[in-house]
Amino acid sequence: MTGEQVSKGSDDMMIDEYEQKQGSVVPEGFNSHYLKVYYGKLFPYADIFKWMSYGNDGKHPACDQSYFSRREFSFTLDNDVYLRFQSFNSASELESSVKEKCPVKIDIGPVYSVDPSKRHAYAQSGDNVFTPVERELIFDIDMSDYDDVRYCCSGADVCLECWPLMTIAIKVIDTALRDDFGFSHILWVYSGRRGVHCWVCDGKARRLTNEQRAAIADYFRVYKGNENSQKKVSFTGHALHPFLSRAYTGVLTEFFKKLLLSQKIFSTEERYEKILDMIPDPDQSITSELRGRWQEKRQTSSSKEDINVVRWEQLKTMLQSGKPKVQGLRRCVEEIVFSFTYPRLDMEVSKHMNHLLKAPFCVHPKTGRVCVPIDPNHCEDFDPTAVPTLSTLLEQLNIGGLRAEGDNEWDRTALGQSIRFFRSSFLQPLLKSCKEEMESSYTARLQQSKNSFNW
Amino acid sequence: MQAVRSQRKSFVKEVVPTLPLYRSAPALEVRLEEFELFALDRLRVLKGISDGLSRGKKHDEMQKLAIELWKTNMRHPQASEDVNKDIISHFVLRLVYCRTEDLRKWFLSMETALFRYRFMNEQPEPQRALMEEFDLPYKAVGGSELESVLDKLVQVSRSLGAQSQPTANDIFFKVPFEEVPELVASRRVFISKGHAYIARNQVVSLVATQFRSLLSKALILTNRKWTTTIAEQEKDRLTPIVEALSSSYLGPDYSEPKEFGQISLKDIDDAAKSSFPLCMRHVFEKLREDHHLKHGGRMQLGLFLKGVGLKLDDALAFWKAEFSQKVGVERFDKEYSYGIRHNYGREGKRTDYTPYSCQKIISSTPGVGDHHGCPYRYFSEENLRAALGKMGVTGRAVGDVMDKVKNKHYQLACTLTFEAIHGSSCDAGINHPNQYFKDSQTIIKSKNQSAA
Repeated sequence: MTGEQVSKGSDDMMIDEYEQKQGSVVPEGFNSHYLKVYYGKLFPYADIFKWMSYGNDGKHPACDQSYFSRREFSFTLDNDVYLRFQSFNSASELESSVKEKCPVKIDIGPVYSVDPSKRHAYAQSGDNVFTPVERELIFDIDMSDYDDVRYCCSGADVCLECWPLMTIAIKVIDTALRDDFGFSHILWVYSGRRGVHCWVCDGKARRLTNEQRAAIADYFRVYKGNENSQKKVSFTGHALHPFLSRAYTGVLTEFFKKLLLSQKIFSTEERYEKILDMIPDPDQSITSELRGRWQEKRQTSSSKEDINVVRWEQLKTMLQSGKPKVQGLRRCVEEIVFSFTYPRLDMEVSKHMNHLLKAPFCVHPKTGRVCVPIDPNHCEDFDPTAVPTLSTLLEQLNIGGLRAEGDNEWDRTALGQSIRFFRSSFLQPLLKSCKEEMESSYTARLQQSKNSFNW
Repeated sequence: MQAVRSQRKSFVKEVVPTLPLYRSAPALEVRLEEFELFALDRLRVLKGISDGLSRGKKHDEMQKLAIELWKTNMRHPQASEDVNKDIISHFVLRLVYCRTEDLRKWFLSMETALFRYRFMNEQPEPQRALMEEFDLPYKAVGGSELESVLDKLVQVSRSLGAQSQPTANDIFFKVPFEEVPELVASRRVFISKGHAYIARNQVVSLVATQFRSLLSKALILTNRKWTTTIAEQEKDRLTPIVEALSSSYLGPDYSEPKEFGQISLKDIDDAAKSSFPLCMRHVFEKLREDHHLKHGGRMQLGLFLKGVGLKLDDALAFWKAEFSQKVGVERFDKEYSYGIRHNYGREGKRTDYTPYSCQKIISSTPGVGDHHGCPYRYFSEENLRAALGKMGVTGRAVGDVMDKVKNKHYQLACTLTFEAIHGSSCDAGINHPNQYFKDSQTIIKSKNQSAA
């Protein structure tokens, strides 16, 4: 959690220097001075406020003026102090607090029944008055949960060889959220280092109970168990559920072919043994036949085709041969593909309303990368290594020089594109439907009170 | 008595036959001893269901068990009084179980389960009447709409391994997916654009969810009423009965170590070897090995150790010694010590949390990198055999344990392990890791005494 601290003295010097010398190169890194500039000139407070207000900041009589101020924000400061239960009445209050405290991380929590900063005042009245009432449905997918199926890096590292696992996750989850659950206001955000976050913001999603959230998370859950148990993915029926079969044919098989090559899934004995372990073949005849062929093959690898592809095809042919012996193993090919590709969610994050999630447009303290939105329709083009970093943004600000008043500072940087995307494809449609929802619930309520007046 | 009886009769007519929804408290007089006896009878049913579920009994077994339990305990000598006994006992237990979150949770799950089994036991006619009573947001799907999704419905049914597949003549209901969370969670329904298509035989899930949500709200209200008025008004009459009922039947919660009182840091390793059940031994060993545990593991072991008698200061020292090797002292103090103090009720809500029971541990779902949960349920056969070997279970006992595991009798498997290790029987069975520990220590102490 500790950001890399650069000694204070030299830092001040540097900032002064680059503010004077336009166009100078800003050294890579992350420190509170860079962050101050970022929060001072680039962070989109107004957009975050608009979003988190869900239309309640307007003049409409149905607006709930207290809505935004009941939202929990939580700051992690440079010295690892957590400030939980912060709340604000307006965009400018949020802005001045962020600028003053300069948090290395801003988390967003639920909307509570009462202003979270005043929760103690309500606590005296007994009863659970202080309780979460609304929260986006959120998902957190972290690359380190895939360590047993990627060979390029592990833990916190990601590279372009394993990033496609995140692309798969976005495609599968996004499609299901829209087509199956009928949600439409979905924001995907790069977590700044090794994963992605998803915010489902439809009114219906925000009002889900914990039990309903858990149900959705479980609907998505295929991968079960850990190093202590054996089978990770297990399908027992005569077919896949329509959701899984759509994911399988639409996304997983295609990506599996790529990962087969990029992760070299069958290239060594250790690796293919892991796959053979996934075949519950009672008398071991199939696994030992495959093993036999692959051990020989190692010596005569003159074949033009990639060894991973060859071995995968052999395995598939064996298992899908339709011989009586493989009858019980018919789901095995699918199980292997799912094990290596299917999204793995951090279940706890999605199940409870009161889980915090990092705000979009934060800067990751370890990588210096900004948590920018990802377009789910073009997620295969997203490159985590090309995400704007704090230092490049400052450099771009610098180069741009002085501009006329009123111009957005971020327009001069690579962040501009991200903010424009956030607005046009997420914020505007969201606010439009918030307005409609508000209007129709208001008319319905008017109608109701009219009816009750009538008699 | 006469007056009481006539009142009851008028009440009976208003109730839906056989399966009440307990919408409002009965306006009838109850004799004090019936108040308690009826409640105890119903508790026997709920406790039986709870035991069955934690043994991992299959659905149809549970169905049979619940109906059996109901017949044995809830029949009134006078058949006409059955419904009243049902209603009275339910409302008494509401009072008993409204008072803490844990109690509410348990009661809510067990009552909902009971309702579900009873609903399934009904004929289609009363079932339909109940659905109407709930005023459910369903819409029967037929004709071209059904035909357009029929292939998906067939696919879902095949994915569940069903023998016969739905046809265009079957009735499906289209409901908001939010109404059937358990069917969504287990992918037992086709979902499209926010609507779940549920088959006739899945209606029980819809009804049970409604029942559960009504009861959940009612319990909160009852609690409020209890704390503000009833408890005080009834302090000489009902309150003592209610308080005795909740503790007498659920068994001890092991939140405070009673008999041995304390365990010191230096004894932990020995105690782990001799007296920890496998679920705790496993997380304990993993902690020693990796110097780290994920949240689920920290909770399971942390609360267990609290129940065993590890004091807060010692607990902090214990966790710090391990975690600091991995994340450093500073990060431990900042990120992890809060959670430990929280478990001891020194932070946050300031609730003194109780150690996890077998039921809770069995029903947890450990993910990647997790080590908590019930090993008898989650370990592969190979890993479980190895773990049992390490605990000193050998020969035929291993086979016996594995047999229980295959039949999903996880607590029985644990009981057999206990018996094999300690060389003495454990008739009550293992229901709680802290009970395992306590029983084990008792046996070891008596052995030491007789040896000395």
